[in-house]
Amino acid sequence: MSEILFNFLNPAIVKAYWPALLEGLWVTAMLAFAVVCSGLAAGLALTCLRSLRILPVNFVIVALVDILRALPPLVVIIVVYFGLPFAGIRMSGFAASWLVLAAILAAFSEELFWAGVQAVPRGQWEAARASGLSFGQTMACVILPQALRMTVPPLTSRVIATIKNTALASTVAVPELLARASSALSESGNTTPLTMAAVGYLLILYPLVYYSRRLERRYAWKNK
Amino acid sequence: MSSFAFSFLNLDILKTVYPYILDGLWRTLLLAAAIVPASLLVGLLVACAGSFRHRALDIPLVIYVDFFRAFPPLVLLVFVYYALPYLGIELDTFGAVVLALTLTCSAYFGEVFRAGIESIPEGQIEASRATGLGRTQTLLHIVLPQAVRNMLPDLLSNVLETVKLTSLASVVTFPELLRMARMAQGNTLNATPLLAAALIYLVLLWPLVRLVSRQEQKALRRR
Repeated sequence: MSEILFNFLNPAIVKAYWPALLEGLWVTAMLAFAVVCSGLAAGLALTCLRSLRILPVNFVIVALVDILRALPPLVVIIVVYFGLPFAGIRMSGFAASWLVLAAILAAFSEELFWAGVQAVPRGQWEAARASGLSFGQTMACVILPQALRMTVPPLTSRVIATIKNTALASTVAVPELLARASSALSESGNTTPLTMAAVGYLLILYPLVYYSRRLERRYAWKNK
Repeated sequence: MSSFAFSFLNLDILKTVYPYILDGLWRTLLLAAAIVPASLLVGLLVACAGSFRHRALDIPLVIYVDFFRAFPPLVLLVFVYYALPYLGIELDTFGAVVLALTLTCSAYFGEVFRAGIESIPEGQIEASRATGLGRTQTLLHIVLPQAVRNMLPDLLSNVLETVKLTSLASVVTFPELLRMARMAQGNTLNATPLLAAALIYLVLLWPLVRLVSRQEQKALRRR
């Protein structure tokens, strides 16, 4: 038992590495914040663009969304970080992770927003346009408020998945929580830093999972 | 332009590395074939156990599901890979990947099955119990067949996510598709293997994405 404590919850190791891990937690939080904000904004922008129903534009959007949904995020990050320099495009690990994770979140959220927009009855469009609202006004004041409400529960779980994916940035040398924990692990030969990282992730994510469970309860399917 | 083709679409390089890439693809498929059924099964068991609404069972089940939903799969994988030996459990890399990803994905499948089971009206369960079917019989013959139909889009999209997650195995040096492509890229100093791997993932998973998309649209229209 004491051996397990020594390897997983070693006070001396905790004391030695908590500043480094706290910095890692900060980088994780920043990356997550940047990815979620820009990803959702891009998803919303794509949805508005798609609802203009310009055929070639929609084709490009659907193709892009499909590709980003089909490829594993880690594969895209690796291709962008290790592949693009061959084309003369060089970026930091942070920028590559941000770009890729935001693009993937944008793809998934575009699908969800678009499903929401389509679920708003056609009559509402016609009524809003007939009463003199412009396309932009109809979208912003009539359609989106209803559409977005429907997408809240699935969007929450997608945001949680995205935040979890920030751990992938550790593979392209971003000094975030998992990367700090891994290097502390190999430096100290003790698994306590991994336990600390686990606690850090749970601190960020558990409240979100709890909140999403309550949301799902509230929006649960009503038995007919 | 030709330098672009040289670095990204180099057929000579493809010719030398394709046996390795195919090897990697084979191991990716093997991982998926182990993890998808295992996590479906565990998820189904979790949801069925939850459907009996036994207080003593409910709390550990919710903790199981929430914990693995909140835990990044890569962190879990690194933990399983590096930490289990300290507990005296020796797993090879394949075993570690299967264990970690099954834990994560079964939590998701558990949630999907739970929502499916809850979507069946209470009256059906009461009626089936009143006609003399047992609890397990009700679950097997009345609830699950309908629940699975309701949940098909979510099940499929989770299968898709599960297959995508197998790429994490490359981080703990399991030689699956992404890992083989990375090594080939390092050895040839050329991005073609990476692009080839991405293309294989796309060809493999794009039909599933289309299918999920179609099912989601259908489910939306039914509502």
